[in-house]
Amino acid sequence: MKLAYWMYAGPAHIGTLRVASSFKKVHAIMHAPLGDDYFNVMRSMLERDRDFTPVTASVVDRHVLARGSQEKVVENITRKDREEKPDLVILTPTCTSSILQEDLQNFVSRASIETEADVLLADVNHYRVNELQASDRTLEQIVTFYMEKAKSNNILTKKTIKPSVNIIGAVSLGFHNQHDIAELKRLFHDLDIQINQVIPENASVHDLKNLPSAWFNFVPYRETGLMTALYLKKEFNMPYIDITPMGIVQTATSIRSIQKILNALGATVNYEKYIDEQTRFISQSAWFSRSIDCQNLTGKKAIVFGDATHAAAITRILHQEMGIHVAWCGTYCKYDEEWFREQVKGFCDEVIISDDHGLIGDLIAKTEPAAIFGTQMERHIGKRLNIPCGVISSPVHIQNFPLSYRPFLGYEGTNQIADLVYNSFTLGMEDHLLEIFGGHDTTEALSVGISADDSLNWSDEAQKELSKIPGFVRGKVKRNTEKFARDCSKNLITLELMYEAKEKVSS
Amino acid sequence: MSIVQSDALTFECETGNYHTFCPISCVSWLYQKIEDSFFLVIGTKTCGYFLQNAMGVMIFAEPRYAMAELEEGDISAKLNDYGELRRLCLQIKKDRNPSVIFWIGTCTTEIIKMDLEGIAPKLEAEIRVPIVVARANGLDYAFTQGEDTVLAAMAQRCPSHHYIENTNPHVPLVLFGSLPDPVVTQLVMELKKQGIIVSGWLPSKRYTELPVIQEGYYVAGVNPFLSRTATTLMRRRKTKLIGAPFPIGPDGTRAWIEKICSVFSIKPEGLAEREKDIWDSLEDYIALIRGKSVFFMGDNLLEVSLARFLTRCGMTVYEIGIPYMDKRYQAAELALLKSTCDDMNVMMPTIVEKPDNYNQLDRIRDLKPDLVITGMAHANPLEARGINTKWSVEFTFAQIHGFTNARDILELVTRPLRRNLSLSELGWDIYSKQG
Repeated sequence: MKLAYWMYAGPAHIGTLRVASSFKKVHAIMHAPLGDDYFNVMRSMLERDRDFTPVTASVVDRHVLARGSQEKVVENITRKDREEKPDLVILTPTCTSSILQEDLQNFVSRASIETEADVLLADVNHYRVNELQASDRTLEQIVTFYMEKAKSNNILTKKTIKPSVNIIGAVSLGFHNQHDIAELKRLFHDLDIQINQVIPENASVHDLKNLPSAWFNFVPYRETGLMTALYLKKEFNMPYIDITPMGIVQTATSIRSIQKILNALGATVNYEKYIDEQTRFISQSAWFSRSIDCQNLTGKKAIVFGDATHAAAITRILHQEMGIHVAWCGTYCKYDEEWFREQVKGFCDEVIISDDHGLIGDLIAKTEPAAIFGTQMERHIGKRLNIPCGVISSPVHIQNFPLSYRPFLGYEGTNQIADLVYNSFTLGMEDHLLEIFGGHDTTEALSVGISADDSLNWSDEAQKELSKIPGFVRGKVKRNTEKFARDCSKNLITLELMYEAKEKVSS
Repeated sequence: MSIVQSDALTFECETGNYHTFCPISCVSWLYQKIEDSFFLVIGTKTCGYFLQNAMGVMIFAEPRYAMAELEEGDISAKLNDYGELRRLCLQIKKDRNPSVIFWIGTCTTEIIKMDLEGIAPKLEAEIRVPIVVARANGLDYAFTQGEDTVLAAMAQRCPSHHYIENTNPHVPLVLFGSLPDPVVTQLVMELKKQGIIVSGWLPSKRYTELPVIQEGYYVAGVNPFLSRTATTLMRRRKTKLIGAPFPIGPDGTRAWIEKICSVFSIKPEGLAEREKDIWDSLEDYIALIRGKSVFFMGDNLLEVSLARFLTRCGMTVYEIGIPYMDKRYQAAELALLKSTCDDMNVMMPTIVEKPDNYNQLDRIRDLKPDLVITGMAHANPLEARGINTKWSVEFTFAQIHGFTNARDILELVTRPLRRNLSLSELGWDIYSKQG
């Protein structure tokens, strides 16, 4: 048993459902007790989805436990097959139902006899992997299933005539994911590379057999998609790129490695001019780094924490592109430690690999950085320590689903990140003014009431009740109550009077 | 669907494929209510991520609850449960020093048959912190019933002796149900006006101040989802339950007070006028919903009380979905619903226990109600299809009990209608390409 207060990555079934619900016409059945289906809430609320989340719980209750769940699970799969006519139904247990040790594979085989749709059991260990690992695995599983099916039907795919790419890793509930994918599409369009497929978001499982038509695969985030790219490399000898185009330097590196792959495959492309123009004139961030504004950031101390992809990329940007001193950087993706250390070598003083938010909080307090770049948890820690924080990584929050365009990848992404970094620090002249005047917070002066003191008294009981009212409305309640007391010429405010006032004022 | 007719109220039971929150949610309001408590939820990552994400109860700011996250070794029984729980509880005692630790059992502890009730007394004696065990699992319960499991467990811990002499003018009355402090004060004051003293409240603000409960005391509930607590108070503590409608809405509040008065042979004074004053003050909101229809998908077990209040406001209730219906504990409320429908001359709503969300959505498409009160998962898709919704969880967290707070219920109910009134001039009602 582990005493846990908070976690950076969710349980495995969340990862499976994120991938399943990203595809078009894929329905997931959760074999789980009542209340375990909160994935639907997350997706519906965070993504503001207009359609019903294609996930249905096959509820495990006492009754089901006593009778065995096969009948119910099979019934739910076949029912959804009739109602939603999906191409694929994915069955997943949760941490809870996985310990029942039922032969779910058998349930799936039974159900698939009756269904039009394909039926798959998501094959993840719910106690050994987290959300991110499970999403990677489930995507690989689905792709493998359809590739093997295509192979056995002898479907051969030809490479496209023009250079083309598959983007692997567009997953629902990802951190600024939709905007990142839009930016990547723009980038490939600029590079005159045709997009063969983007998976899994909005993709059809029946199109997966055409994945090998692309010249190469592109994996923007190593958390979800790398296993699929490795499978396609092994089976179809498809090259892949896993250099995340985040920041000016890495975007250029990523584009150059695309160039290398394409030229090796017989194309003749040269992207140097594009990179130069984008860097110097289109993106504002490289110029920003040289502007007088950014001078003030030189040598400021920051820390970075997040998933492996984002934490590594941001560390690099802060150090290489903005001259900010990264005291330490870290990730909660413990399984990816080796890669992470390699990536940030030389860009920070120390590397922290941990999924214990308590430890991270203590470290931040000890380091006292001028700014934090982390997850929602670090933002919260920063609030308590009065240190500004820019959020750069999942776990996601409603704030990471902005309506406006805020990618982290590509050249537009570099602008977003530069803004985020710059706005997180106390800025230029403000720094000096704060030192001279000891801050510009005038709330104390304003909080003195505007009403002149008069003869109103509050009974102890009422005073106590007033103190229970949350601070941000207390002033209003006090003013309204006193006005009410004055209107009915009472000098003593009792508990009863207070509630009488509430009724009258609110009606 | 099986259909049972009883007294003209129709009860149906569907497949139970519906969305609601896990009963461990109760931790999020109970830890705030019981100020000297610590809640330890013994479950998996799935449970923890739910509390953190869906409930939005980020475990921030010096929490008084935590997960005892079960790992592979716990599941395969390689580790000793007693030893593991001892280690965690000693840590909690050292770090937080609570007056009581609540162990919230989950589906997983049920399935692996962890003997929490057996371990707790031994460990309690060893570490000298009271441990209360509640099985708030999703195998047996839905959403708000989690509170029921905790209060039922606490009911057994209430002291049975007074240290100071009881000076009540009547047989002591203890109320049960977790409400925010201001609402507790309001209800206590309403009863005080009628000369009734509330001796205690379960839960109390502090575990150390649990009310004394003796045989023969009267008890009354304020929430419709507390049937186990009621049963425990009657059977184990030999108290007498006052079966009344719940103090939600002016009508319910009046009926609740009247019923309690009748038990103490007190003739309530000024109650009818009080109810009328409140109704009069609500008129501006009621005008917005009178003649409109509402559909409850079923989530928090407050559905019958809210439906009864909204019927009295002049709405037509098409369907009351509800996770679980205890017809005995809710008998007075059901009777009031029936008489309210008769008075208002509207059709009796169908009560659907363990609903099937898919079928409900079909019915919603057909009936086109003016408002659907639903769990969070269905709100945006329904809104996209031009159906007004209100989250049912808001009624769980808002202050809705008593005379004064009736306005807050209508504030919530009318909000989508008021919002859409202001948007209606713009046109554009449907935002979904599917039906």
